[in-house]
Amino acid sequence: MIKGIRKGNTMENTNEMTIEFDSRSCNEGFARVAVAAFCTQLNPTLEEVADIKTAVSEAITNSIIHGYENEVKKIRIECKVTEREMHITVIDHGRGIENVEKAMEPLYTTKPELNRSGMGFAFMEAFMDQILVSSELGKGTEVHMKKTIGCIGGIFE
Amino acid sequence: MDEVLQVNGTCMTVFVPKELDHHNAEGIIREADRVLERENIHQIVFDFRDTEFMDSSGIGVIMGRYHNINLVGGYVSAVHVNERINKLLHLSGVYKLITISKEQGWSDKGNKKGEYYGKHQ
Repeated sequence: MIKGIRKGNTMENTNEMTIEFDSRSCNEGFARVAVAAFCTQLNPTLEEVADIKTAVSEAITNSIIHGYENEVKKIRIECKVTEREMHITVIDHGRGIENVEKAMEPLYTTKPELNRSGMGFAFMEAFMDQILVSSELGKGTEVHMKKTIGCIGGIFE
Repeated sequence: MDEVLQVNGTCMTVFVPKELDHHNAEGIIREADRVLERENIHQIVFDFRDTEFMDSSGIGVIMGRYHNINLVGGYVSAVHVNERINKLLHLSGVYKLITISKEQGWSDKGNKKGEYYGKHQ
């Protein structure tokens, strides 16, 4: 299976998936499981699946609590796999982040009264290889994450 | 649904559900704080025996409860912690505030779930 993916033109070997759903907290479980299911085509380890689930869950929670502040609007997740890389983009059109650098500091939270730990971005950084956040006040936030699956090597000759 | 909280004297055990995310965390916080307000609790035990998924919302639950009970001199522990949860507790630094046990804890939900004992050792 995996060897098959390596054959031929690599540009053709991409696969994409997009989901859009209401920013209700009850959709968090569904969304992270959907992304995890999509990434199984890369033959990830259980730990890699758990990493992706956690990172996606953090991004969605951020959108619901901070982006939309519990208003019900749409969250969009775009996934793309290329060879061994998983790209995930979580997009909301909420209020945006004033200071992205500050927001990404571990333990920094603007909502301590809601029992938020301030570890959201820290977990995303810890569990994914790369994370890019672009945000504009009043327009929304895009969190792009990338993870290489099976980077230990030896699978392909 | 199974009972989430169990109070034994001054010890409250929180049976963490299968998935502890933002959605589930809100209910647990509400229930736990209601008990903490009413009863004289000195120890909170988070039992992770059924938990397969947790994110930073779970860390927030533990940190918030620690803050509340620390004011009255109480303490917090986590039992039946699997490798995944253990990693999250360490990454977030919460492990410095609480005691973590991977083995069967001081809590006991009865024989019904007895078969789970030793699963995470």
